[in-house]
Amino acid sequence: MISRRKFLKNTALGIAGGALSLAAFEIIDPKKLMALEAADGKKIRWVFLVDTYKCVGCGMCVKACKLENEIPYDASVTRTWVERYVLTKDGKVHADTPKGARDGFTTSKIDLGVSEEAAPKDILAKPEENGVHTYEDINPADIDKAFFVPKLCNQCENPPCVQVCPVGATYQAPDGVVLVDRTWCIGCGYCIMGCPYGVRFFHPVYHTAEKCNFCYHRITKPDPQNPKTFMKTACVQACPFGARQIGNIKDPNDPVTKIIMTERVGVLKEEYGTKPQVFYIGLDKEVR
Amino acid sequence: MKNHVLRPFIVFLGIVALILIARIFLVPKDFGIGERGYMYGWHRHGNEEEWKNQIIKVKYMGKEYCKDCHADKYGSINKTPHRIIPCEDCHGPAGTPEGIVHYDADKRPKLPIDKSRAQCLRCHYPLPYPTSGRSKIRSIDPDKHNPDIECSSCHNPHNPMGGLR
Amino acid sequence: MVPSGEMLAHGELWTVKELFTYPNEFIYWSVQIVMYPFMTGLVAGAFVLSSLYHVFGVQQLKDMARFALVFSFALLFAAPMPIVLHLQFPFRGIEIFMTPHFTSAIAAFGVVFFTYGAIVASELWFLYRKHFVEVSLRLREKQDKTLVEWFQYLIFCSLTLGVYDVSEEALHRDEKAIKILAGVGIPVACFLHGYAGFIFGSVKANALWMTPLMPVIFIMSAVVSGIALCMLTYIIVMEIRRFLAARKRLSGPGRFTSTEEIKGVEVHVIKLTAKYLVLFLVAAISLELLDLIFRGYTALKSWDVVRSVLYDRDFYDIFIMQYVIGNLVPLILFLIPGLTIRRAVVGVMLVLFGVFMMRWNVVIGGQAFSLTFAGYMHYHLPIIPHNWETFKEGLGGALSIFIMPFVLFWVIAKIFPVFAEAKQE
Repeated sequence: MISRRKFLKNTALGIAGGALSLAAFEIIDPKKLMALEAADGKKIRWVFLVDTYKCVGCGMCVKACKLENEIPYDASVTRTWVERYVLTKDGKVHADTPKGARDGFTTSKIDLGVSEEAAPKDILAKPEENGVHTYEDINPADIDKAFFVPKLCNQCENPPCVQVCPVGATYQAPDGVVLVDRTWCIGCGYCIMGCPYGVRFFHPVYHTAEKCNFCYHRITKPDPQNPKTFMKTACVQACPFGARQIGNIKDPNDPVTKIIMTERVGVLKEEYGTKPQVFYIGLDKEVR
Repeated sequence: MKNHVLRPFIVFLGIVALILIARIFLVPKDFGIGERGYMYGWHRHGNEEEWKNQIIKVKYMGKEYCKDCHADKYGSINKTPHRIIPCEDCHGPAGTPEGIVHYDADKRPKLPIDKSRAQCLRCHYPLPYPTSGRSKIRSIDPDKHNPDIECSSCHNPHNPMGGLR
Repeated sequence: MVPSGEMLAHGELWTVKELFTYPNEFIYWSVQIVMYPFMTGLVAGAFVLSSLYHVFGVQQLKDMARFALVFSFALLFAAPMPIVLHLQFPFRGIEIFMTPHFTSAIAAFGVVFFTYGAIVASELWFLYRKHFVEVSLRLREKQDKTLVEWFQYLIFCSLTLGVYDVSEEALHRDEKAIKILAGVGIPVACFLHGYAGFIFGSVKANALWMTPLMPVIFIMSAVVSGIALCMLTYIIVMEIRRFLAARKRLSGPGRFTSTEEIKGVEVHVIKLTAKYLVLFLVAAISLELLDLIFRGYTALKSWDVVRSVLYDRDFYDIFIMQYVIGNLVPLILFLIPGLTIRRAVVGVMLVLFGVFMMRWNVVIGGQAFSLTFAGYMHYHLPIIPHNWETFKEGLGGALSIFIMPFVLFWVIAKIFPVFAEAKQE
């Protein structure tokens, strides 16, 4: 005959044990799916198309992105940027991206950054004097080919940055865009180190991880001027030359989808297995 | 008394229990596995809505937005090669971070006009790149071509070659 | 020019960018991320040393084992500090326990640290249980306790966890429990530091870090550093006690000093520990050289820029500071027969320096080249702090963390007395 004390003790332990194990399982319950099931019913997967033949390096996209997405204009970091490549006859590659091409490319000299010799001995005392940039003149007669390559977050299908976030602050939305929860990010920087494309940075004001999110606040709304379609990202809209385009790969009638499916396009750093979703027309082998 | 050996283990379990209880209060209710699974979709669901509507307001409205009030400017620039440039590229975004758009004249002043030479040089600086679309744009040497005055002194951006040559 | 104030990106202050780099690239993982694997390595190494006695019964290491275990515990509290100082939001660090994303190696921190801490704490409890019971019983008898003694009474009472049985049988069970914990603890300690190596080794975006050898290299050098630190601290502490005991004898001839106090450090203990140190040191060096040779042999896309970093820009840091001064010289010092205490001290200090340089060369070296493979970044360690950030991510922060375990050890040793006659109070 079990004593009352023992019975009560065992019941209490049983309930506590059961509750705790259920609480533990909450962390790994696969059925706790979000009630998201394509909120607007349409299947969407955002992709981006860059035409490097059309890009002239004006940098309007970078300026528009900074102003639209409130990245401090004077900060060195940017959600998108444009790179310039000048390939000379001796086989050398000269590349630069002054301030991410925020002000365009208004010199033909290649920005070589700061050499360690030119850096002031104590850059911390006077950061505004962080070395003098050296520049390289290129003789136009030596140029084999030269072009501009806009870069932005590839919203990869297998995003390595999401994989390495220790707390679930960055994630991929069902439509493919990778977002960062500013209220949850602890600022460890692992996602920044994990991105092979260098698109992530710490926001200078919010101090959380930040990156291009395809202007998520725009593309998820209909375009007021053309409600049958979605609003374009700031950089796509700002580009006068149509070098940047955004589309939905799941919509066979989307002009971007048609180009990706029928023309020769390339992606960046395919060897990392990230499955990037920004496609490039005219991607040269020398592009980093 | 075999119990005493397990005593530290019980303390350990107690601390784990405390953490699990704390989770109930500290973890947002909508935090969980999303459509992309645990590896790529572990997040606070409410954040998606925040990005769509709360965190950033739309500022750039696009060229067609300007057409209604500025039909003359829209019309004139459309006849020139500058038709491809969206108004806001030179005039800045129509909206502000607070979500106020440009036509609320009492809240927001006129849009600025960037008249600096640097603005025009973005496209018109001579870069000798025959394999890029850049080479199709007419360019000037900024050190030789009227270096100390604004470009717009002679070139109306809405009609850049009007009345010249 | 670099923007100022709020417009400064994190890392911009101490990074010099050369040639072609992406705009968002800076040295984000600075000296604190070098300190973190260094500290966890010391934790793991100290524990492994302690287990050499408890599990493998190496009798001469009995004193060293007790010392190493307590020191490992002190180190354990100091080990998360580099992360706390590095995080942009340290208070959000608790999210590691709230919503861990286990696909990330860093998320393992919560589980591993906690488990490891539980094992060390439990082992210490079993080891010192008799002492807790004795002190709390003694203090319970005492009628008028001072305030300090009240605190002591409360602490020691709660530390008994309500168990007052110190019979032969109970103590024998304690011994068995210690043995099991020490045995189980070895793989957990290895995991504690191995996962830190995995944090780097699994980052495919970084050409220098990406290698399956990284966790193993980290573990081997961790054990080396742990053994070296325990040897060094043990030598210093024993010599201090000897010095103090000698002074006491001079002041009052009636005061008895134990042989433990006056003998100082035993050379045979040091010699034996040094043998294990050499073993792991050779393993660590072999693995690192293997990694280096493989990189050069396979010559992947990144090899050109990685080679220029390893053999040109960081040649001095890697080959002179780490390999020669930090590995080769101490190896020779330990292998020359007739090891003296003095030579052992020099050897372990060089070893600790070498292990630190290895962490430095991995963390900073991995960020020395750009993702473009066509540019470089130089790291200027903030030495004189201008604000909180340059302190916590600079020399000040690194030194504070290095000193922390010694301070903690001094505090903890009051509860877990490390030396025999201290227990007989």
